[in-house]
Amino acid sequence: MRAFSVDRWWGIVLKEFLQLRRDRITFGMIVGIPIVQLTLFGYAINTEPKHLPTAVVVSDHSEFTRSFLAAMKTSTYFDFVEEYRTEEDARNALERGDVKFVVNIPSDFTQRLLRGERPAVLIEADATDPAGAGAALATVNQLAAAVVKKDLGGALAPLAGGPAPFEVRVHRMYNPEGLTQFNIVPGLMGVILAMTMVMMTGLAMTRERERGTMENLLAMPPTPLEVMTGKIIPYVFIGLIQSTIILLAARYLFHVPFVGSIILLYFVALLFISANLTVGITLSSLAQNQLQAMQLTFFYFLPSILLSGFMFPFEGMPAWARGLGSMIPTTYFMRSVRGILLKGNDLFDLWPHIWPVLLFTAVVMAIALRFYRKTLD
Amino acid sequence: MSAPPAAADGLAIDVQGLNKHFGDKHVVQDLSMRARRGEILGFLGPNGSGKTTSIRMMCGLLTPDSGSGTCLGYDIRTQSDQIKRRVGYMTQRFSFWEDLSIRENLDFVARMYEMPSRREAVDRAIENLNLTARATQLAGSLSGGWKQRLALAACMLHQPELLLLDEPTAGVDPKARREFWEELHELAARRISILVSTHYMDEAERCHKLAYISYGRLMAQGTAEEIIAAQELATWSVSGGDIRDIAARLQGQPGVEQIAAFGSALHVTGRDGAALEAALRQVTEGTDACIEPADTGLEDVFIHLMDKSADNFRTRQ
Repeated sequence: MRAFSVDRWWGIVLKEFLQLRRDRITFGMIVGIPIVQLTLFGYAINTEPKHLPTAVVVSDHSEFTRSFLAAMKTSTYFDFVEEYRTEEDARNALERGDVKFVVNIPSDFTQRLLRGERPAVLIEADATDPAGAGAALATVNQLAAAVVKKDLGGALAPLAGGPAPFEVRVHRMYNPEGLTQFNIVPGLMGVILAMTMVMMTGLAMTRERERGTMENLLAMPPTPLEVMTGKIIPYVFIGLIQSTIILLAARYLFHVPFVGSIILLYFVALLFISANLTVGITLSSLAQNQLQAMQLTFFYFLPSILLSGFMFPFEGMPAWARGLGSMIPTTYFMRSVRGILLKGNDLFDLWPHIWPVLLFTAVVMAIALRFYRKTLD
Repeated sequence: MSAPPAAADGLAIDVQGLNKHFGDKHVVQDLSMRARRGEILGFLGPNGSGKTTSIRMMCGLLTPDSGSGTCLGYDIRTQSDQIKRRVGYMTQRFSFWEDLSIRENLDFVARMYEMPSRREAVDRAIENLNLTARATQLAGSLSGGWKQRLALAACMLHQPELLLLDEPTAGVDPKARREFWEELHELAARRISILVSTHYMDEAERCHKLAYISYGRLMAQGTAEEIIAAQELATWSVSGGDIRDIAARLQGQPGVEQIAAFGSALHVTGRDGAALEAALRQVTEGTDACIEPADTGLEDVFIHLMDKSADNFRTRQ
């Protein structure tokens, strides 16, 4: 393997830029796709996911609280995955996206209940995806009433009548008004980038092959790594331009809150763009012609839309679909964007959604280099 | 960089027993070929005879199924990187970027070869092409002749020691072709080796050496005179009289293998000189036509070789 030559690599980068500048249709696509998609996906499909990961902070263990939690569990909307000792730990888990709900039962709950003081159970919900949280929350209040009827017999029977003896207070976190755009628009960033980046680089190599210029390129000294990375670079800029268009629309058209760091957002976008570009260039070296490259692109693009948590809440999907979704960088990017914009996640919070993208990029690049044909055989 | 090639001033191309299959088609069969440095080797053969495949194997663009060889002293199997740096390969089809301008194409090539004084080299190339005024024109908008000149300039840019030219003058007008060949001879005079494939007989005659390939097999190799002599063909010229009638009657006569019209004369060629002469005398007897021995031309030899290899090919089927 020869050494990587920056001069040659830069030559390829410049060539790609020049060709891109003269390709009006591609250029139109770069601006057109985000705008069309943003317009089309104004509304999202609502579903009713169950078994949502839920954490509890129980400071009062009584028959009564146990019974309430058991009822929540049998509703099948909630899966208790973790018990935290402090509210802060639970809040962090919610912020990282480990859990969707935190059920908080205060220490004097049973005591106050028995005194008829109408204590409150606090449920904090991750409402970044309002469709995912809505149905579950709707059942909680009914649960409260039902549990009381069942458990408050004998001497406590008088409490069962009249207004509910305790209240369930719900905090919708991160997206208090439950606006679907807040969820959809950041998610669209992942979908649009996945689509355009993979498609455009998918054509990059096959175009050279179809026009007969590949023979010339192969007869010259550049190495596969130089050619591949050199061809990718201009599209990185395009990806960043698209990200900016989407973010501007998110901010000024859809009024999505920007809680977290924009710089961090561009950083994760850059990683995601690289991941998609390596996919594109790999498909491109596998495909024989531009049509095949386009078809292969769809194999990647469809799961990116359907299984990444963009179209349907991730938790609502069956296990096999979640497994497939977990192999696609779009899934992780989607979580990162929502985490940054709506929750103000920092790099530490996002790390679980960043390393899979890095790993994915490295693996795919290795495949691409493996399949890059240095000869015309 | 590996050690300098052993045959530094000996052979530019030296390949033995190259074979290449595409699927079940045996495209190149046991090809052995040599070209000395500073020599123009003409590579001839009918369409689909394996010329392009052979050239691609020599510059490392295709891996031979079997066989070995060197190009400028570097192994064609393992040292294609070294070969690529020292060889200029001009593809049969224009393979530069049509959506880049003339200057941008040349600049890209210069960068690919990491040329130290890139700008000067590109400027010089454009000047030599007499294209200074049109340097910003897109390559795709050039005419065939200009594309071919641009391609030659581009594959000469890094000052290769060996040029592999795959039908460089196909579709180019005679004047441009002549200029092109003058340029090739100038390059050869500067010790640059050239392998050029062509269909044109006048071009074949301008080469120092020739190699003729048909159905993937090398049929003849040497100077034009050597190739003509080696086939031991007898040729007679028939002139005067009703040439068309004579041609029709000669068809299928013993000893007569080829009949070709050259203006108002017929060239009749065959391997068996005596039988050919007898047939000619018999057919022309009592007509106005007169017959005389003529020189066998390259074209006669090549058509003879093509028929011969086609027969071989059929018997093998």
